[in-house]
Amino acid sequence: MAKPKIATASLAGCFGCHMSLLDIDDRILKLVELVDFDKSPVDDIKKFTGRIAVGLIEGGCCNEENVHNLQYFRENCDILISLGECAIMGGIPAMRNTIPLKECLDEAYLNGPTVYNPTGKIPGDKELPLILDKVYPCHEVVKMDYHLPGCPPSADLIWQALVALLENKPMDLPYEVIKYD
Amino acid sequence: MSEKIKFTIDGVEIEATAGQTIMQAADEAGIYIPRLCAHKDLLPFGSCRVCTVMVNDRPQAACTQPVSPGMNVESETEELRQIRVNLVEMLFVEGNHYCPFCEKSGNCELQALGYRLGMLAPKYPYMFNKHDIDASHPDIYIDHNRCILCARCIRSSKELDGKNVFQFVGRGIHKRVAFNSDTDLAATDVSVTDKAIENCPVGAILKKRTAYAVPIGKRKYDSQPIGSDIEALRAEVK
Repeated sequence: MAKPKIATASLAGCFGCHMSLLDIDDRILKLVELVDFDKSPVDDIKKFTGRIAVGLIEGGCCNEENVHNLQYFRENCDILISLGECAIMGGIPAMRNTIPLKECLDEAYLNGPTVYNPTGKIPGDKELPLILDKVYPCHEVVKMDYHLPGCPPSADLIWQALVALLENKPMDLPYEVIKYD
Repeated sequence: MSEKIKFTIDGVEIEATAGQTIMQAADEAGIYIPRLCAHKDLLPFGSCRVCTVMVNDRPQAACTQPVSPGMNVESETEELRQIRVNLVEMLFVEGNHYCPFCEKSGNCELQALGYRLGMLAPKYPYMFNKHDIDASHPDIYIDHNRCILCARCIRSSKELDGKNVFQFVGRGIHKRVAFNSDTDLAATDVSVTDKAIENCPVGAILKKRTAYAVPIGKRKYDSQPIGSDIEALRAEVK
């Protein structure tokens, strides 16, 4: 029987959650015995090669591309997990949510004290993904099946949750591994 | 005056003193009932409803409901856990609670209740309302993003500090804590040693230059759930 596939993505995140995934240390050898890594920045596979058992999403949605990527994952993953505070509540990028988008862009590209921008324009190339009015938690864009909090979620939390899912056992997580920071 | 009253919480018989609230009697017996606005040094207030228990099958706030003989109190049921976690989740989406960088993280009662009640993510949509920060005072800063409107600062200032520094203004979603001054916090008679500062359950009122002093892993709620101190009394009471 073929091994189940795992896929990961970093949307509006800092890759800290992916670092935490790698922080499971030598258990990663056990993990590759249990699963095949599919589309993920870890192995640089760009397209899904088949149905995915578990998709791990780091980061919320701050632009159009994040939304498309997240929808693409939802279509292809049996179980989709919000990994970390940014996926769950927007995190640091969501700090702009209380400020109108135009004010954010003006500050970043026109008025900021260190800005050097002789064109006096806000970047608007078609190649750039369109920025959203605010940063959205993943579960406000598509259905998410599980949420693993933390900044980043601890390696123990990721490991125990993944093993429980792959072995079809209840996710009985100890108090110490659930943290929102 | 010290008439003894017997009643049960989750089937456990408790002896209380007439005039006590359910929460006071439960605390003495080593039974923890989750709470946010209630504080042992303050008068019962009953605003957050996190301490909701079923008294003879009717929901009541344990922090304000007096004990009466033979009452049947239920606290640790799945139905009540669900009610409590819903309240906590609503507080998380109403404010802007960025646990990853909050100075109070690890020592925060709202966060600790989320842990204890099993919240992995709030089920309600985040509101991302704009709130102010007042850093005018040399030793204290106030971040309204993290305020849960428990009124502990208001009550502590009045009841314990003998001052009147804080008060609510506005109604409904516009309700917020305001200061007793025409300008800002610095213009009040608040002091960094006030109980009003110490008794904030969240990171809304903080002392400056004290942040991140305790390393992760050694903070108040890192390895012990909130309420463990009260539950530790249970062994002694038994």
